[in-house]
Amino acid sequence: MKAIVNVFLKNGVLDSQGKAVQHALSGHGFDSVKDVRVGKQIIIEMNESDAALAKEKVAHMCEELLANTVIEDYEIEIQA
Amino acid sequence: MKVGIIQFPGTNCEYDTQHAFAALGCETQILWHKEESIPSDMDLVVAAGGFSYGDYLRSGAIAKMSPIMKALKIYAENGGKVLGICNGFQVLTETGLLPGALKRNEGLHFISRHHHLKVVNNDNDFLRHCAVDQVVNIPIAHHDGNFYIDAAGLSELYANNQVLLKYTDSSGNIDNPNGSVDSIAGICNKSKNVFGLMPHPERAMEMLLGSDDGRAMLEGFINA
Repeated sequence: MKAIVNVFLKNGVLDSQGKAVQHALSGHGFDSVKDVRVGKQIIIEMNESDAALAKEKVAHMCEELLANTVIEDYEIEIQA
Repeated sequence: MKVGIIQFPGTNCEYDTQHAFAALGCETQILWHKEESIPSDMDLVVAAGGFSYGDYLRSGAIAKMSPIMKALKIYAENGGKVLGICNGFQVLTETGLLPGALKRNEGLHFISRHHHLKVVNNDNDFLRHCAVDQVVNIPIAHHDGNFYIDAAGLSELYANNQVLLKYTDSSGNIDNPNGSVDSIAGICNKSKNVFGLMPHPERAMEMLLGSDDGRAMLEGFINA
């Protein structure tokens, strides 16, 4: 079982990297770019067959280490 | 006066910190991060600057999982004094010993230069030898020094006199190098025994290196 964790800065917390990428894209003529957010993806291979349990464990990992919930939100996707 | 200095893999300011406190007449001891307890004779424990675990994941994030951090939490909860400098400050916020978080600098650059700071509160062991509104000149060297705290947390910091230092120019006017909320450079916890700042007072101990303003700050811990 595999867990895909996406971590992004919370809405309302300025994403300086996203803004820099957005400006670079706009500056290169990509006129349709409205907003860019930069986050990180963490892929975890797990010895776990129960998807619900896997998600619960990964949520615990996010709270403990993978995300700083003062400034970041996380999303978990479990793949078979 | 005995000062313990925590060393994680990637810490690189532990010996500067040791040198600074030794210059003030303190006994010092490096504490390896695998230690599971804080020696009982410590009067102050410093989480020193550097790049613990290469800043992987987030600055200070992996360091907070080290065995010594459990011991440090207990030490702090029992009133032990803790100072986090730069990466040490990041580790303390990650651990929850200090509120807020340190984000990537707003301008995205690593900033390494002397910067002026204004003392905001001095009713604590750290800054008791400094005057309120006193401007000090202390080096900064960080990539993730952009202090963030939400509005409720910020008003709590002000209400409890937990804001210690702000980035200013030499006249004490706000000059924010990294996008920190309200230009905040250093804070303490509510019970005023845990302190954190991004600037490096241990690098400002003698005029030969451009400033000795760090002495008065670190001296605050002595006989406190």
